[in-house]
Amino acid sequence: MLAYLTRRLTSLILSLIAASAVIFLVVEVAPGDPASYMLGINAQPETVAALRDELGLDQPKIQRYLSWVGGMLTGDFGLSYTYRTPVAEMIATRLWISLPLALYALTLAILLAFPAGLIAAATRGRAPDFGVMAFSQLGVAIPNFWFAMLLVLGFAITWRIFPSGGFPGWDNPLQAIRALTLPAVALALPQAAILARVLRSSLIDTLGEDYIRTARAKGLTRRQTLWRHGVRNALIPVLTIIGLQFSFLIAGGIIIEQVFYLPGLGRLIFQSISQRDLIVVESAVMLLVFAVILVNFLTDLAYALTDPRLRKG
Amino acid sequence: MTAPLLTIDALSVTIHGKRILDTIDLTIAPGEIVALTGESGSGKSMTALATMGLLPQVAQATGQISLDGTDLLTLPERRLCAVRGNDIGMIFQEPMTALNPVQTIGAQVAETILQHSPRTPRAMARDKAREALHRCGLDLPLTRYPHELSGGQRQRVVIAMAIALRPRLLIADEPTTALDVTTQAQILDLLQDLTRTEGMALMMITHDLAVVANMAHRIAVMQTGRIVESGPTAQVLSQRTHPYTRALFEASDHRPHLPPRPDNGPLLHAQGVTCTYPLPRPGPFAKRPSFTAVRDVSFHIGRGERVGLVGESGCGKSTLTRALLGLTSIAEGTITLGGKAVFTDHRPNLAVRRRIQVVFQDPYGSFNPRHRVARLITEPFHLLPDPPQGTARDTAVAEALTAVGLSPDDAHKHIHAFSGGQRQRLAIARALIIRPDLIVFDEAVSALDVRVRAQILDLMADLSASYGLAYLFISHDLSVVRGVTDRIMVMRAGRIVEKGPTEQVFTAPRHAYTRTLLDAAPHLPASPGGA
Repeated sequence: MLAYLTRRLTSLILSLIAASAVIFLVVEVAPGDPASYMLGINAQPETVAALRDELGLDQPKIQRYLSWVGGMLTGDFGLSYTYRTPVAEMIATRLWISLPLALYALTLAILLAFPAGLIAAATRGRAPDFGVMAFSQLGVAIPNFWFAMLLVLGFAITWRIFPSGGFPGWDNPLQAIRALTLPAVALALPQAAILARVLRSSLIDTLGEDYIRTARAKGLTRRQTLWRHGVRNALIPVLTIIGLQFSFLIAGGIIIEQVFYLPGLGRLIFQSISQRDLIVVESAVMLLVFAVILVNFLTDLAYALTDPRLRKG
Repeated sequence: MTAPLLTIDALSVTIHGKRILDTIDLTIAPGEIVALTGESGSGKSMTALATMGLLPQVAQATGQISLDGTDLLTLPERRLCAVRGNDIGMIFQEPMTALNPVQTIGAQVAETILQHSPRTPRAMARDKAREALHRCGLDLPLTRYPHELSGGQRQRVVIAMAIALRPRLLIADEPTTALDVTTQAQILDLLQDLTRTEGMALMMITHDLAVVANMAHRIAVMQTGRIVESGPTAQVLSQRTHPYTRALFEASDHRPHLPPRPDNGPLLHAQGVTCTYPLPRPGPFAKRPSFTAVRDVSFHIGRGERVGLVGESGCGKSTLTRALLGLTSIAEGTITLGGKAVFTDHRPNLAVRRRIQVVFQDPYGSFNPRHRVARLITEPFHLLPDPPQGTARDTAVAEALTAVGLSPDDAHKHIHAFSGGQRQRLAIARALIIRPDLIVFDEAVSALDVRVRAQILDLMADLSASYGLAYLFISHDLSVVRGVTDRIMVMRAGRIVEKGPTEQVFTAPRHAYTRTLLDAAPHLPASPGGA
């Protein structure tokens, strides 16, 4: 297990180094001058020179890379060119919306998908299975922004249970959670549909295994067999999907953030790109990459906890 | 005679209107071993599953299965769950997959105990699990996972789960078919001991008559869902009343008529062959260790010679086969065919490759189901510099199909239209079509029923005569090798420990391991009046 952990950690660190190098190269070393790109074609030469100086573009590239990485390690992400505020602060406030939203949506998706997948697998080929499959087909097919607008129409405008958009901040946690509920539901639906399908087919494969028959020969009921021997063995592909979904949800909620006027990370990146604020883009992308790699690492750990065969290096 | 424990009375099972079992009558008394035997599809396993109440949900059963007076067929599922594992234990064929890979062996054995008396304290359940494993001759820590155990050890765990609560009836469905001969002998001893010491009744299902000849009290022979002959073992073995029983026995020790070997000089030379595999690094920066699967192996095969290679699982015979076929590079040594190296500069030598072909064990997995037979068996043509086209190709296909006893019309069919034995014939046709000098038969008859196996062995003998073909016959089954080879080599732990003319190795083995193998292999008693 220890060897497995060291191996995964080594791979995590190497991936981070590789990712930071690629991001740096793409943004800063690619043809064209970042300063003149950020300022647009009509900028004054003096302004460009000032920005070049501020960005330290005259220094050697290696030194710039190292100081960028060093800054990130100490929490200094630089100043946003557009807003003249520290990037770290901007990302932090946005992250406090995007991260809880992603977790909220994923929790909802799992809560929906697990019972649905289990029921479908246990009643394979019969009415409940068809029902679950039909709903999940629908869940995958409906565009989530349209579903989000339906939610707003129903729950915010007609019944007034949840706010239609905006975010009041975390001072009042209850209000904050209420504000995140409709977006989370809109994000969760397609994810739940995918997850339920994966869980169902993985469980059906598992239930055909020899050890399921062994368990039945021991005197376990169908249901006990499903829970004690089926679920854990069926979990590996499900964990893979959950890991991918979480990575996607952190930044992929951009359309939903737009629909609900949520100042999240996706919107920040979108705005920074349209304002050519490369400093923010660079740091935010790096942060996302970090999140994805971290989630992969956690997924690997979850694999090893689930399946003892994977613990050996 | 004691009253029977299990009485199966006029049991019939139909699935989708098709009759799978037809009025089965069978009794087993406490302490008695009754063998159910027959070919695949004869209904042996279905009888076992019906007794366990584990028939597929679409199956409809009529008749009676009574265990000590309780009719199991009419018992509701809830009460059946209380019977399974408690009164009837069952063990299965495939020990590699019969255990849950994510639970420790201790937890899995203890589960049987906890399932039937849920209030047992955990520690006591663990003690009982340890004791059950001990009774099965396994004294390993309970915290081991199945993947850390060998096939034989896993089968002991499966048996321990089945007998933990000392059931009155144990059903063993081909319990040793997937095991090596020496392991098989141990497991059969264990099962016999358990019935003797615990007074347990044993329903033993096997396709291998030799396995049950020495241990069963009674034998029932099944064919297409019926019991065609049954009686005390000695009587069934000596009388063989039913023609099907007779056919089974004859096929079991079938010896094809092997034509004398033409002496045409040497063909294949292996000199000091060593194959290694890299193992995972123990630490991120540690040196990669390696495993030596084949160690300094030297042998030769002459033109038209038929050589057997025998060994148990893990002995390195598969690795050696891959090396001969040029599918893997060798660490040391040389393999040459007709003087040319099979493998040069990390690449297989195509000119040599086309002179060796292979037939694998699994006739179901080794064909692409989407292609037609003509395309499947002409696959080796890509090894030729200018493969035959048009009518030449059709002629080659027809010839190959005829040679293996199929019809040229079969060329347009898909593989699902063929039975296991016919598929193995197709595999041989595929090997034969480019007229190789050497065919490697890698456990090529192990998955076949005895009567089909006998036919394929005859075919091999015929082809060897008509094509002057040399072959290397790889098998774990000594009795099969005996009839179709001139010479055999015995392999153990990566080395060839004995080689010599087949009859000499069988009658006067020199190496202790060869003797162990020969002793462990089950034998059929000689047929009445001599063979």
